[in-house]
Amino acid sequence: MTDLVELYKQVILDHNRSPRNFREISNADKVVEGVNPLCGDKIILYISFDNNMVKQASFKGTGCAISIASSSLMTEEIIGKSKNDCIDLFNKIHIMLTSESSRTNNLGKLNSLSGVREYPSRIKCASLSWHALKSALTTSDTKTSTE
Amino acid sequence: MINNINKLRQNFPILKREINKKPLVYLDNAASTQRPDCVIEAVSEYEKKCHSNVHRGVHKLSYIATKSYESTRDKVKKYINANDCKEIIFTKGATDSLNLLASSLGETFKSGDEIMVSQMEHHSNIVPWQNICKKNGLNLVMIPIDNNGEIIKEEFNKLLNNKTRLVAISHVSNALGTINPIKEFIDESHKNGSLIVIDGAQAMSHMRVDVKDLDCDFYVFSGHKMFAPTGTGVLFGKKELLEIMPPYQFGGEMILSVNFNQTQYNDIPYKFEAGTPNISGVIGLGAAIDYLEDINIDKIAQYESNLLNYLLEKIIDVPEIKIIGTPRKRSGVVSFLLGDIHPHDIGTIIDKEGVAIRTGHHCAMPIMEFFKIPATARVSIAHYNTKEEIDIFINALYKAKEIFS
Repeated sequence: MTDLVELYKQVILDHNRSPRNFREISNADKVVEGVNPLCGDKIILYISFDNNMVKQASFKGTGCAISIASSSLMTEEIIGKSKNDCIDLFNKIHIMLTSESSRTNNLGKLNSLSGVREYPSRIKCASLSWHALKSALTTSDTKTSTE
Repeated sequence: MINNINKLRQNFPILKREINKKPLVYLDNAASTQRPDCVIEAVSEYEKKCHSNVHRGVHKLSYIATKSYESTRDKVKKYINANDCKEIIFTKGATDSLNLLASSLGETFKSGDEIMVSQMEHHSNIVPWQNICKKNGLNLVMIPIDNNGEIIKEEFNKLLNNKTRLVAISHVSNALGTINPIKEFIDESHKNGSLIVIDGAQAMSHMRVDVKDLDCDFYVFSGHKMFAPTGTGVLFGKKELLEIMPPYQFGGEMILSVNFNQTQYNDIPYKFEAGTPNISGVIGLGAAIDYLEDINIDKIAQYESNLLNYLLEKIIDVPEIKIIGTPRKRSGVVSFLLGDIHPHDIGTIIDKEGVAIRTGHHCAMPIMEFFKIPATARVSIAHYNTKEEIDIFINALYKAKEIFS
C-alpha cells in the first residue's frame, strides 16, 4: 500500500475529484484532442493566448485519476506563462516522468506526478495532456496521440 | 468435476510466480490464457529435436515436422467435430482468420450485398468487414443489442433480407460475457439463404464446440486463448465453400504449379496457407487440444460455472459495484465499474495485490458507446482459477475503494 500512496497522492486524488478548469472555452485559440488509443482516454485541451502568453487554459474529457489530475494541474500551472516557458515545463515534466533518477524536481505541485515514474504502464496517462499542450504550442494539429 | 485443483495448477508453471511480492492471481484469461507444461514441452521438444520446414523436403526431419504439424489438423478436426481435415485452415489467430474470410469471401460478394455484424463484436469482427464493404460497395449492417447485453433476436430477424450474404457473430462476447444463442442465429441465417461465421475466440477453452451440430459455415478461434502459443489460430470452413473461395495470400505452399503466365493454386487447406507456417506453435496447439481432451471440456465448463457463480455472488456485495452486461447465459467474463473510480486506477491498485485483470474498452468500442461508458474493468476466469483467488480479487477491490474514499 505504501507505494500506492506515492502514486495516488492527496493532490492527485483531490484534482481527480474536483478537477480545476474543467470546462470548454468557446472561443479558444487552440483546441487539441489528446487520445490514448490503447485505453481510450480522451482529453480536449482549450487554450487562448494573449500575445505570447497563455491567457486561459481548460480541458474536458474522460480518463483515469492520473490523466485527469495531470490535466487539471497542468492547466492551473500554465495560465499566465509564456509559450516558451510552457515548452520548458513540458520538457521538465517529460524528464520527471521518464528518467530513472528519483531526484525531486523543483516543480511545485507538479512534483505530485513524480510517483507515476514507478508505473511504466501509467506514464502515458500522466503525459497525455502534456502532449496535447505541446501540439497546441508547436503545431497546427488538432489531434495528438500517445502512440 | 475437477477434483484436485492444486494438482491441476501445478501443470501451469507461471501460476507459481509472484507479482509485486504477492502470488499471481491471473484473472485476465479472456485476453490470453496461460500454458500448461505439456504445451511448453511440446514446443520445446519440436524446436530441439524435430525442426524442419513442412511439406517441402524428402529428408527425414521434414517428414517428422510435417507429420507433427498435420497431426494437429487432425486433432482440431476431431475436437470441433468437423467432417474433414481439409476444413481446418491454420492462421495466426482469430483476427487473421476473420481477415482471411473478409478478403477472400468478401471478394465473391457484389455491390449492394449486405454483411450483418452484431453490436457486441470485438473490433476484429467489425473492421475487416467494414473494410471490404467500403472497398467493394457492400453495406455493413449492425444488429443491435439490448441493455442486458444480448443481441435482439427480433431485430436480427427483421434485418435479414435477400441482400444479406453473410452474418458475423461471436459465440461469447469478450466484453460482456454473453453466450449468444448461435444455433438459432445459424438456423435463421440459413433459412434466409445467408452464410454465417461464428467468432469462437472466447468459447473454445470454456465449452464444447461442435461445428457439425451447429452447422455454421465458418468458425474461427485463436490458439492463445485455449492454452496454446500465440500466433496460432484456426479457420474452420465448410469444404464446399472453401473450395470456391479465392486465395487470401500468395506464395509458396499455396500453389500446384507456377509459370510466368499462370499459377495453378493448391487444394484446400493449403490454398489458404501461403508461406512457412508457425510450425512449433501449431504443434503447441495440438498439445493444448490433447490437454483439453485429457481433462474433458465438460468438466471444465462445470467447474467454471461454479466459480463464476461464486464470483458473481461476491462481486455484487461490493458497495457501488455496477456490472456491465447482465445476460441470461454468461461465460466466465464479468465487466464492471466501481463507483467513480476509473478502471485503469482499479487495474493499477489491484495489480499491487498480484491480481491481473483487463481494463479499457476491450477492443469493443461500440459496446462502450452503447452503454455510454469510456471503459470497464473486466475479470475473466479459467479452469485453473480458485475461489481463494476470487477472494483475493474482491479484497483488492475494497483496497481500491479505500484509496479513493
